[in-house]
Amino acid sequence: MNLVVNGKNTDISDSMTVTELLAKEDVKMPQMVSVELNGQILKRSEFETTRLKDDDKVEFLYYMGGGTCL
Amino acid sequence: MSLTDEQIERYSRHIILQQVGGAGQEKLLASKVLIIGAGGLGAPAGLYLAAAGVGTIGIVDGDNVDLSNLQRQIIHHTADVGAEKIRSAEAKILAINPETRVRTYKQWAKADNIREIIRDYDFVIDGTDNFAAKFLVNDACYFEKVPFSHAGILRFDGQLITVLPGETTCYRCIFGGPPPADAVPSCSQAGVLGVLAGVIGSLQATEAIKYLLGLGDLLTGALLTYDALSMDFRKVSLNRNPQCPLCGDDPKITELKDEQQILCDPKNCEC
Repeated sequence: MNLVVNGKNTDISDSMTVTELLAKEDVKMPQMVSVELNGQILKRSEFETTRLKDDDKVEFLYYMGGGTCL
Repeated sequence: MSLTDEQIERYSRHIILQQVGGAGQEKLLASKVLIIGAGGLGAPAGLYLAAAGVGTIGIVDGDNVDLSNLQRQIIHHTADVGAEKIRSAEAKILAINPETRVRTYKQWAKADNIREIIRDYDFVIDGTDNFAAKFLVNDACYFEKVPFSHAGILRFDGQLITVLPGETTCYRCIFGGPPPADAVPSCSQAGVLGVLAGVIGSLQATEAIKYLLGLGDLLTGALLTYDALSMDFRKVSLNRNPQCPLCGDDPKITELKDEQQILCDPKNCEC
């Protein structure tokens, strides 16, 4: 099935959760990412339980400081 | 207020823009912008806003200039190392445009001082460098109903969003609160490409001027992300979050508080 991850089409063979997608996309520190799914921000507690569907649009939004990462 | 001959010449490239004109330039001269943090983002924003003729520029910063700042904080020069950032920034702003009224606040932005400063301004530039301060600016601007430009930079990436408090998506709508302390790659020495601060800080100044003049479409309801390595700019649309702890349907944050600042633990550094 096809997902749009950060604006790019991404083929995945099996259905997966947001947590699994974060791992697949090699996001090293998922705690430093906020996830928007089809226009809505997901609660962090929902990453584990939210299963992605065909054509879902997912955005990973990263915490960014100002030259530090504190 | 009418423009003097010297002002007409100084701002001629603005004035000939149909969308600005003499009336727009007079508006800028009567405007007040607060820059919180005279660092990488605040430096270009301050310089361009002064050059543009923004009449009053406030600068909040409790820090002194360090040699390692000069790679990106272009408002500070080599001779300023050791000087107060507010004084160094004030001097460059006045060198570019002596008619700017500069107000300086030698302090760190905190819950007990920032609201009374912010409320005197038309627009705020968040040029802070840590999450506690970024959430503080977001919240203080919400309570004072002052629009602001949020931005962050890290390594080769930058992002920004303009917030009209109570009307458009805020920083907490996106991130809720600071990252969990034990999850942060705690390191104050994360690298950042110096010029990135120039790109993003200049975009913040652009948003300030657009807001002050009522021009175009503000960067609200969308986070602009910039990847310098791929040269990709992307606008990610972000709706207001009904669960936002600040501006959502059932707000948990009803008064201004400082978030805990996350301290550096070099052992866990992955920056």
